[in-house]
Amino acid sequence: MKPAPFVHHAPTTVAEAVEVLRAVGSHGKILAGGQSLIPILSMRLASPEHLIDINGVAGLDRIEVRDDCVRVGALVRHTQLLQDESAYAALPLLRQALVHVAHPAIRNRGTTVGSLAHADAAGELPSVLALTEGVVEAVGPRGSRDIPASAFFVGPLETALAADELAVAVRFGRFPEGTRTGFAESARRSGDYALAGVALAITLQDKVIRSARASFVSVTDVPDVLDLSGAIGSYAAVPDLDAVADAVRAHVSPDTDIHATGDYRRMLVAELTRRLVTELLSR
Amino acid sequence: MTTRQFGQPIKRKEDPRLVTGGGRFLDDLGHTAYAAAFVRSPHAHARILDIDVTGALDVPGLIGIWTHEDLPGKVGEPLPLLIPHPSLTAPVTGYCLAPDEVNHVGEAVVMVVAVDRYAAEDACGLVRVDYDVLPPVVGLENARAATDLVHDSAPGNVAAHLVQEVGDVDIAMAAAPNRLTLDLQIERSMCSPMEGKGVYAVWDADDEHLRLWSSTQTTTGVRAAVAAKLDLPLAKVDCIAPDVGGGFGVKIVHPWPEEVLVPWTARLLGHDVKWTEDRREHFVSSAHERGQLQQVEVGFDDDGHVLALDVRLWHDNGAYTPYGIIVPIITSTQLLGPYKPGSYRCEFWSLYTNTVLVTPYRGAGRPQGVYAMERTMDAIAAELGLDRAEVRSRNFILPEEMPYDHGLLFQDGRPLKYDSGDFPASLAKLKALVGWDEFAAYKEQAASEGRRVGLGIGCYVEGTGVGPYEGGHIVIETSGRVNVATGLTTQGQGHQTVFAQIVADELGVPIENVFVTTGDTRRMGYAVGTFASRAAVMSGNAIALAARQVKAKALRIAAEALEVSPEDLEIVGGMVRVKGAPGTSMALGTVAVMSNPLRYAFDEAARAATQFAGGNDPDKPPVAAGEEPGLEGKDFYSPTQATFANGMHAAIVETDPVTAEIRILRYCVVHDCGPMINPMIVEGQVHGGVAQGVGGALYERMVYDESGQLLNASFMDFLMPYASEVPFIETDHLETPSPLNPLGIKGAGEAGCIPVSAVIASAIEDAEGFPIRSMPISPTELWELRQRHTEPVAAQGEPS
Amino acid sequence: MTGPDVPEPLHEVTVSVNGVRHTATVPARRLLSDFLRHDLALTGTHVGCEHGVCGACTILVDGAPMRSCLMFAVQARAHELTTVEGLGTIDAMGPVQQAFSECHGLQCGFCTPGFITTITAYLEENPDPTAEEARDAISGNLCRCTGYQNIVKSVLRAAEIRASADLGAPPLIDADARAGEAPP
Ligand SMILES: Cc1cc2nc3c(=O)[nH]c(=O)nc-3n(C[C@H](O)[C@H](O)[C@H](O)COP(=O)(O)OP(=O)(O)OC[C@H]3O[C@@H](n4cnc5c(N)ncnc54)[C@H](O)[C@@H]3O)c2cc1C
Ligand code: FES
Ligand code: FES
Repeated sequence: MKPAPFVHHAPTTVAEAVEVLRAVGSHGKILAGGQSLIPILSMRLASPEHLIDINGVAGLDRIEVRDDCVRVGALVRHTQLLQDESAYAALPLLRQALVHVAHPAIRNRGTTVGSLAHADAAGELPSVLALTEGVVEAVGPRGSRDIPASAFFVGPLETALAADELAVAVRFGRFPEGTRTGFAESARRSGDYALAGVALAITLQDKVIRSARASFVSVTDVPDVLDLSGAIGSYAAVPDLDAVADAVRAHVSPDTDIHATGDYRRMLVAELTRRLVTELLSR
Repeated sequence: MTTRQFGQPIKRKEDPRLVTGGGRFLDDLGHTAYAAAFVRSPHAHARILDIDVTGALDVPGLIGIWTHEDLPGKVGEPLPLLIPHPSLTAPVTGYCLAPDEVNHVGEAVVMVVAVDRYAAEDACGLVRVDYDVLPPVVGLENARAATDLVHDSAPGNVAAHLVQEVGDVDIAMAAAPNRLTLDLQIERSMCSPMEGKGVYAVWDADDEHLRLWSSTQTTTGVRAAVAAKLDLPLAKVDCIAPDVGGGFGVKIVHPWPEEVLVPWTARLLGHDVKWTEDRREHFVSSAHERGQLQQVEVGFDDDGHVLALDVRLWHDNGAYTPYGIIVPIITSTQLLGPYKPGSYRCEFWSLYTNTVLVTPYRGAGRPQGVYAMERTMDAIAAELGLDRAEVRSRNFILPEEMPYDHGLLFQDGRPLKYDSGDFPASLAKLKALVGWDEFAAYKEQAASEGRRVGLGIGCYVEGTGVGPYEGGHIVIETSGRVNVATGLTTQGQGHQTVFAQIVADELGVPIENVFVTTGDTRRMGYAVGTFASRAAVMSGNAIALAARQVKAKALRIAAEALEVSPEDLEIVGGMVRVKGAPGTSMALGTVAVMSNPLRYAFDEAARAATQFAGGNDPDKPPVAAGEEPGLEGKDFYSPTQATFANGMHAAIVETDPVTAEIRILRYCVVHDCGPMINPMIVEGQVHGGVAQGVGGALYERMVYDESGQLLNASFMDFLMPYASEVPFIETDHLETPSPLNPLGIKGAGEAGCIPVSAVIASAIEDAEGFPIRSMPISPTELWELRQRHTEPVAAQGEPS
Repeated sequence: MTGPDVPEPLHEVTVSVNGVRHTATVPARRLLSDFLRHDLALTGTHVGCEHGVCGACTILVDGAPMRSCLMFAVQARAHELTTVEGLGTIDAMGPVQQAFSECHGLQCGFCTPGFITTITAYLEENPDPTAEEARDAISGNLCRCTGYQNIVKSVLRAAEIRASADLGAPPLIDADARAGEAPP
């Protein structure tokens, strides 16, 4: 299990990185934390001729809390974001989800943006990007563009990023005042990719539910948002849990794999959502 | 100073080295060696039509490429059948490189050697093999149906068929007032040591000598096999096991193809060659275990006494049978556990499939047997409405019935005769430990909180320390350093410590002075290997016997020098002294000097010895007749039969009423391996075994699709438990000595994992209220079982 | 561009491991784990899976545990690496090493270096963990031998050794009792 040969490029600026990307086109792959890419290379499931290693690119390692979003640079490691207090205060969902990503040693190297670019439907962060209506900032030979979450995920392990585009940052949208968020998942072993998971945001005004929205892990082809505002009812003291569970079951389309059947995952994600709703509303 | 070391939880001698990065595992050797890699079959069953290596020839760093055609003489012949058996009527073994047919995904087809593993893999990727894909036989159902055959030479896919019967089962069954039938299933898992296999070979052309390191459980076996394959005199081959990162059974098989090919290419190329198995290779080209279908019919009286037990097993042996049918034989005999059914018959079929071969994995067939027996015990209890522990105890062999002969032949071809054990006492300890009698109240309380909990139990007996023999060799240097060698190998069992404890006691020397070497054929050429929980029993006793010899010799020599009788001497703290007059003494190192009548004095001890130089009798030879120079001793231990350890486990599990997630709340073990040489190490063995058992019960399986692809050949998908999945393990011990060996000990290596699947199945069954007949079990499967049991139509189809 | 018959370009890589600078010339694809083990002969770091799951290869990169099988040597240039060899010697074992030896935290010892590096970093940030936290802290590393119980105990013991000013011989805790993760 050793990677095939490649040419290693180590740009130090975004402009340099883009220049390399332009030159190598689809023969290249961006190397961020490498926690998903290197196993793939070692198993020779992919053998790109060029790796554009962005770890030395200046200015990509910043977390910025803005009024409407938390902006996370492409070199921000999961751990850094997880531990960032201002990011937590602004958008608790980030930490709530990140604790479920792998184990600390992986989180110390893997990047949050890399997770999104990798777009594994079993990853936690794509569902967070969807629920926060986040935006991916991409730069390439044809210039920069913002890609909204709804357009970013194209299919399993497939995004709207072109082969020569670098995601320089992602902006996770912040929720309105009065929003409670939570994240729940069930994995076979701790730290494994989840059999099913749910990210949830419920916005309350006094005791009235203004909105309830969820996105999911491992049970939809691409992460999208399910609006549960109708199903849940408006009275926070007595949410309609059965209706929520029904809505979730109807929304998801889980596959059967070696770890669980599709039916089981559907049941599981509905139950996780039901429990998470209860938990959020009883906080 | 004279505290007995035996029985002390002393710190391991091997650890300071291992915790500071000083271990020397296989891949830590030979940094400049060429690296081997293999092109392996992507198909489960196929004919090889053509192999084209030309594309790989220009790879920079390539040294050589070989296919079966290139293998000369015995290297190209089939690998040996290690353990033949009369009922193994269709044995088939593989080749170092497949000649014309491949029988499982992962089988080696082409060998590549290059300057490093990177280049070797580059070349592997450019070799083209054309296959004609044949229909694969995957799974026991298909093997049994035999619509397609794995090997033409094995009709019905049957490698072996064996029946053993004690008493007349048909008559007893017909007469039994109650009868039950259980259809059971248990799936494959694998040893999965953290270090894969590996071989490193150095050929000394000047000396025409091969030195071979292998991450193996038997260096003597590998040495003999390689010498035979390469047509080398045994004297020209050394085999050494360096530090080995776990074995659990898979490394007892030998020779693996790589163990032959690596030294063969090293000799051919005149350059060291190394192969370090990677994780993917380990999944598809080493060995698996456990897969069986079982059918149990049991006849019993109204008190739950088993009158007739009729078991049929279908055992999946994978593509080849190099290790014979040891696993199903053990299942069929050790199934009986601590019980004495009125009559017993076991019939098994060992079947070929186009999957990785099956050889012993810690427990070696026992987990399956215990599973069958214990599921049966629970079923009897359920049928009669009796307490599950009570039904078990009514069937126990009692201490006063020891030795107890079952009338069957065990894995070593000798009678299955238990030597010791106190099963009622073990059960009493277990019930106290887990709180058996209080559980009903706890369960009720949990139920009132909407929680589902269940208590499970499983008992086993394990034949340990099987022969034929092991040896011990001890030599004391003039410095007082005691060198101990035994031929079997070590994979983490702490042999350097426990054997040193034995020697320290026997010889009366400080343990710091004792240095143990295992698995090095240069130091001990006769040995069998480490498996079947036999190391402590076999080598422990052999070393004790060798130590007694050395001691006798030391006393003889010292007695002469001190002019006393040997009976008046003792050895304490490395000093030979006169009992009651400790002032009159000499160091063992000094005795060592005197044992070797050589004149040179290189060290203090030798100079010190001159004071004892006795009269130089010109009529006597310097080395007396019957004596040898040196303070050295060697002995072998060869028992007539195995010694039987036993244990009982109980677990409390909780299952989520909605999601069917399964959590082990408590895990309790009562274990009897006789007197413990080092209780800390025994405890560690139990913990490790239980963890593997938990893996096998709830997480691990080998998932083959119908085409014979292993779908979970990575640690991402083969779910070996992390710490988060393993419960805290509570242990208690009984120390019933074995009457069979000088130290009274029994093996402990495999024990922990044997009953775990049975125990967890029992506990889940208790929590859920419906029978568990297939293990391992995952939440998704438990959830589906629940659906079936709430649908009355499906429930009728449920066996039992 | 490389092809099957063109030798790979080599890179001179200088890294600091355990405070010592080492230089070797390797291709870009050399995994950091292989670089440490085979180019620098620091074989304390082990390789159990090469896909990031087992943790045997875990080293400290600027003090933080990372998988050395999931980094390339050429990426390690600007970093301070610590391997198990840097955490103590036979004669002067570090607290975690000492605890493993006292608590029988290892059997074959293959997984051990990855646990020791992981735990060392963990205790820096969490000097006084509970048994449950200790178990959680080691749950990203696989061990096939020990069943983890004595590794949990080793974490607690190491915390104790670190805490005691005198690294000599503090009493062995009744770690079994402390590690007893509350039966129901
Ligand atoms: C044992 C293990 C367990 C794991 N468990 C989980 C888990 O439970 N949940 C989870 O979500 N993840 C898990 N991961 C994956 C981990 O979170 C990765 O870090 C993450 O998926 C990818 O981030 P990275 O920075 O490592 O990306 P890399 O591996 O470097 O890259 C991944 C892919 O994204 C592309 N890419 C990366 N960055 C950019 C960019 N800025 N612009 C454009 N393309 C880019 C790369 O070209 C590549 O195709 C696990 C990994 C391991 C090894
Ligand atoms: S070898 Fe790196 S995690 Fe297993
Ligand atoms: S001690 Fe052997 S794998 Fe952990």
